[in-house]
Amino acid sequence: MSARNRELLALVPASLLLTAGFAAIFVQQSAELSDVSLTYGAAFLGLCLCVHFVIRATLPHADPYLFPLVAVLACFGLVVIYRIDETLAREQAQWFVVGLVLFAATIVFLRDFRVLERYRYTVAAGGLLLLALPRLPGIGQQVNGAYLGVGIGPISFQPAEFGKIAIVIFLAAYLRDTRQVLVQGSRRIAGVTIPPLKHFGPLLVVWGGAMVMLVFIRDLGSSLMFFGGFLALLYVATNRLSFVVMGLGLFGLGAWFFANTVGHIQNRIDTWRDPFDPALYGKPGGSYQIAQSLFAQADGGLFGTGFGQALITQPNGSPILPAPQTDLIYAVITNELGLAGACGLLLVYLMVVERGFKIAMLARDSFSKLLAAGLTAVFALQVFVIVGGVTKVIPLTGVTLPFVSYGGSSIVANFVLLALLLLISDQARRPVR
Amino acid sequence: MNAPVLRLYVLVIVLFGLLVAFTSRWTVFEAEALRDNALNRRELLQEQKIRRGTIRSADGQVLARSIRRPGDIFTRRYPTDDLFAHAIGYAYTTIGRAGLERSRNDELTGRRTELVTALESILGRSDEGDDVRTTLNSKAQQAAVGALRASGHKGALVALDVKTGGVLAMASDPSYDPNGLGDPATFARLNRDEANAPLVNRATQNGYPPGSTMKVVTAAAALDTGRYRPDSRVSGENGKVISGVPLNNFGGESFGDIDLTFALTNSVNTVWAEVGEKLGGSTMQRYMERFGFYAEPPMDYPDQQMTASGVRKQGKLVPMTSDQVDVGRVAIGQGDLFATPLQMASVAQTIGNGGVRLKPHIMAKAVDPDGRTVEEVKPEEAQQVISRQTARDLTLMMKQVVREGTGTAAALEGVEVAGKTGTAELNNSGLNQPWFMCFTPDVAVAITLERFQGGTGGVTAAPIAKTVLQALGQ
Repeated sequence: MSARNRELLALVPASLLLTAGFAAIFVQQSAELSDVSLTYGAAFLGLCLCVHFVIRATLPHADPYLFPLVAVLACFGLVVIYRIDETLAREQAQWFVVGLVLFAATIVFLRDFRVLERYRYTVAAGGLLLLALPRLPGIGQQVNGAYLGVGIGPISFQPAEFGKIAIVIFLAAYLRDTRQVLVQGSRRIAGVTIPPLKHFGPLLVVWGGAMVMLVFIRDLGSSLMFFGGFLALLYVATNRLSFVVMGLGLFGLGAWFFANTVGHIQNRIDTWRDPFDPALYGKPGGSYQIAQSLFAQADGGLFGTGFGQALITQPNGSPILPAPQTDLIYAVITNELGLAGACGLLLVYLMVVERGFKIAMLARDSFSKLLAAGLTAVFALQVFVIVGGVTKVIPLTGVTLPFVSYGGSSIVANFVLLALLLLISDQARRPVR
Repeated sequence: MNAPVLRLYVLVIVLFGLLVAFTSRWTVFEAEALRDNALNRRELLQEQKIRRGTIRSADGQVLARSIRRPGDIFTRRYPTDDLFAHAIGYAYTTIGRAGLERSRNDELTGRRTELVTALESILGRSDEGDDVRTTLNSKAQQAAVGALRASGHKGALVALDVKTGGVLAMASDPSYDPNGLGDPATFARLNRDEANAPLVNRATQNGYPPGSTMKVVTAAAALDTGRYRPDSRVSGENGKVISGVPLNNFGGESFGDIDLTFALTNSVNTVWAEVGEKLGGSTMQRYMERFGFYAEPPMDYPDQQMTASGVRKQGKLVPMTSDQVDVGRVAIGQGDLFATPLQMASVAQTIGNGGVRLKPHIMAKAVDPDGRTVEEVKPEEAQQVISRQTARDLTLMMKQVVREGTGTAAALEGVEVAGKTGTAELNNSGLNQPWFMCFTPDVAVAITLERFQGGTGGVTAAPIAKTVLQALGQ
């Protein structure tokens, strides 16, 4: 069977999942089964089919599993958001359509994605600007002590979601050029490989950028995600573990320094260490969120309480679980579908990551390899940062769960990321003439 | 560059494994602790949305019901105020649950445990609980509470159905009004009142020296082992030395060689202390355990609100075989022996039921919102304590107590009551713990009053038992 036919077939279970999910929620809400869930399922399948035909026409050799896997994630997210708030789900559905359009546009207009290599510094500048936007007076928005959003009139978005793609493009392009000199120009001093400063300089700038983000954007999660992505790329480019260890050391040093000096970060770490300390629990911006997240997961148990059963709001209407549709959506999923459902979701993410790395391994040129590996690594790290935060593996920070969390910027940016991966994949798998 | 990509993938797998491990930790391994965390109010909030089932007495009186409040939540109302407070308890999101509201929470909130109905819970958590019908009789309860209150002393009474083990009345005085107890300040005030301790269920939580009512247990052991017969003769001399210390009879009265029936009828201490000592600690221990001592009562009531009866030193249970225990004095209900009214009622029920101890229970059945009986509590044997013949002999002896002995105040017309008085001396100046324990073919009762100056079981406690027996149509 051809790659495209496999993709087409794989979309069917995704649509069935959406239909079944909505059906379950409708039964729960009104105790009756209506054909609306079928309509939703059909509309979803129709949209996916349109995109499928765009891929079929433009990228005939691209990886057949990535798009259906992402469709599963997106429809899963839609169902869970619908269960939390119908209005938000409708908005999310619109963003889903916008994301698909942008995805198609990227595929059509960026057929030769290697042009990105030429504009690396433009892309880098754009990325940095995007990251800095939330701090600009007038349009910046502060949420929970972190500067993540930008509001222009009625539209607000989180530029960091796009910033991460820009930074990965830049790093992939830069490291493609310098990876040889980084390795060969290194000197060994006292058994430690020290890379040449001249070429390492720009990378130190990136480290500095991550630190600046930590302080100015005040977001440990995004900063961890960016810097982690950077280290992953550095490792893939140079195959030198010592660089990664050095990088981690530097990041740890910086994080430790800021954790002790910047109150916001210090607070995050305290609440992570002991979420059930009554003093921290009662404090505004304290450990209430993470404690409630753990309580919600405990409620779920092995198989969950069932769709639509999780307790999200108190009887007086105020939420018991803060930000259930964004930061804590994983807690809601675990609550309703249990450990089994959560593991299933993580497995789907792992499959996406597997496809991404596979694309990197199949890619024929260094830039494509680095770009695919970098995008996949950032994607995987984002999942780790938010799920790890919600499950108290690391301090909780506000990043979205890709394709599942509510948020226009997140879903649109991740569709662009997906488009890039498919572009690379198509070229990698194209038969050599 | 493929090798580092592969290693990166392995790293991602490890990281995701970490996520799965932590998710398992919260959902499975530490879920119980998280649910019990004091900061976790999810379960309470969840249950607030459930219409708890109505609790009724055996004769249909509503003892607890849920009323809808704004915001689709429910709160509890107790129409009988303080009358059934200890048996039924309370259920509030602010202070938690007690009594039957706690022990039968699963039924009252509609939580099912059977596999057949597990399917229903997957489709949706029921938001309506089952109604609970109790074995409590409102007339008997009223009689018990009224009589206890009229006595002017704190005390407790338990009445059991001899043939089923159902609790017919359970009264503890002073009581409290469960309405409005949801206000934490009110609850705290009652909880602090150590002089009256209104929240304590004296019928199940407080152990008192059972005095001469214990002689029934000693007699049961004596007859059932075959070492004594009702007409076996033992010296009832005053001032016999028991465990090295002279023991006196009530009022210093001295008897010659008397048979056991006479010794029970007139509650002769020296006879029963000698019998107990001759039987020995291990035999006494065996029979006490069979009667339910040294274990929490097997009743559908919260463990936290029940106490095991037995010999206690510094609050800790000590077996009869220990050399710290004065077996002879325990045999007559002294010597640091503590028993709850529920325990003594269970002793009476056992003898009345031909030696078979039944598990006491408050719930009779649970009825779902559609009117189907989903659970019925059937009489359940806890243990064959003594032989049918021993029970028959003992019943005759105890009938003699009511006919012409210390318990005549409990005598009824039309039905013969078998009973035993008890008057445990708390000090040397007449401060007593009066008891009465009795049974008819249908009803077993045990009642005690606290710190009664000069009060004896036959005079103070027996009439209260009689009132309750009458209220139950005996």
